[in-house]
Amino acid sequence: MDVIERTWTWLATGSHWTGGDGVWHRLDQHLYLTAVSLLISCAVALPVAVVLGHLGRGGALAVNLSNVGRAVPTFAVLVLLLLSPLGQYGSWPTVIALVLFAIPPVLTNAYVGMREVDRDMVEAARGMGMTGPQVVARVELPLAFPLIMTGVRSAAVQIVATATLAALAGGGGLGRVITAGFRLTDTAQVVAGALLVAVFALLVEGVFVLLARLLDPVRRRSGRTAGKVAPTPVSDV
Amino acid sequence: MAERSCLVDNDWICGEYLSSRGQELVDATLQHIGITLASVAIGLLVAFPLALLARARRSVRGPVLGLTTVFYAIPSLAMFSLLVPVLGLSVSVVVTGLVLYSLTILVRNILAGLAAVPEEAREAARGMGYGLVRLLFGVELPLALPALMAGLRIATVSTVSLTTIGAIIGYGGLGNLVLSGLRSYFKAQVLTASVLCVLLAVVADLVLLLVQRLLTPWTRTRRKRAPRAGAAKSPAGQAVA
Repeated sequence: MDVIERTWTWLATGSHWTGGDGVWHRLDQHLYLTAVSLLISCAVALPVAVVLGHLGRGGALAVNLSNVGRAVPTFAVLVLLLLSPLGQYGSWPTVIALVLFAIPPVLTNAYVGMREVDRDMVEAARGMGMTGPQVVARVELPLAFPLIMTGVRSAAVQIVATATLAALAGGGGLGRVITAGFRLTDTAQVVAGALLVAVFALLVEGVFVLLARLLDPVRRRSGRTAGKVAPTPVSDV
Repeated sequence: MAERSCLVDNDWICGEYLSSRGQELVDATLQHIGITLASVAIGLLVAFPLALLARARRSVRGPVLGLTTVFYAIPSLAMFSLLVPVLGLSVSVVVTGLVLYSLTILVRNILAGLAAVPEEAREAARGMGYGLVRLLFGVELPLALPALMAGLRIATVSTVSLTTIGAIIGYGGLGNLVLSGLRSYFKAQVLTASVLCVLLAVVADLVLLLVQRLLTPWTRTRRKRAPRAGAAKSPAGQAVA
């Protein structure tokens, strides 16, 4: 197919990778947006989820948040923030939109993970004289780790996808390669940009799957394979 | 004080916008609904046999689950862009992309629903002489319905939201209005289209919830854990989570 050949030629052309519109610069912007937004959303959502999960309160909030997050189109929020007074602060409207959509998966999964810890284990830990914070740090967090990481992973993938959309609204990131391709009606560039975005997203997903395996405290200690990988929790009944 | 038009002031909320561009909004909403319905319907039609195949053969299960997971990780803008050279700048690009996304959720939920069917129910049906097809549609599918419907609701709500990205090739329903509103800095248009999009998702979710309740009336009575025989029927309208 002609498109494949032309896409390959586009990707193989050195000048497309360097400079202000080059792939490396766009990748740099994408990575930066992703990292900053993921860090902020984890810093906000994880403590809240851990405390709520430990106390067993606010379950409805944690679950409904992710349902609401699904119903609101990321693209619309991105545009709304850009048109709002916040729009003049560079990439901050984009970061805020990314954080807003990354919080629900992190919060919901971490909350569910904390709640799904075997109650007998928690009781046993308390019986051994552990204080609340000790129960959290030594029992609940290690056991909830796989689900917490699932949440962080979905948030990361979500951020990468939404950051791509920032390009539609004139922001940076790899999405710019695609939108520029559309503007130039250069199909090869559109496909090349899409391939780059897809590969980047899959790499991010892969890195987090790997991280979850390597860092799992329970698995590290016992060397056993922990239970099956939990799918995204189906929160609706 | 002379009244100034809210269109001139570029207000976020503008009644005049609603009255003067009503037709545009209706058209965009209809396109949005059409794209969503087509995508979810095709997604369901593809996901069902795919899930059955994945259940029947282990060799199919791995690739199907793996591939649909990969699809889900690909950002929508990239997904649509990759489909453009194959399908051209047409609405089928958007529908195909959305179908691929919905497969991830639907296949998983159908599989989970079928796996949760109690073996006793299957045994009993076989003992009564049910064939494979009748077993599937008469026993397994009804019992898998709650999981299937939960998946359908998630898939539908996500599809309503993702349809907006179709605006990149001009088939994004309300997303078209958001994108053109961004380019012309037209606040009322962006806000109105966004709110309509969220409303659409909420309404779709509620309709499916209603369908789910009508299709699975037993889930409501079972939840009350009423004694098996002779118990008075639990009052209707008992709230479910």
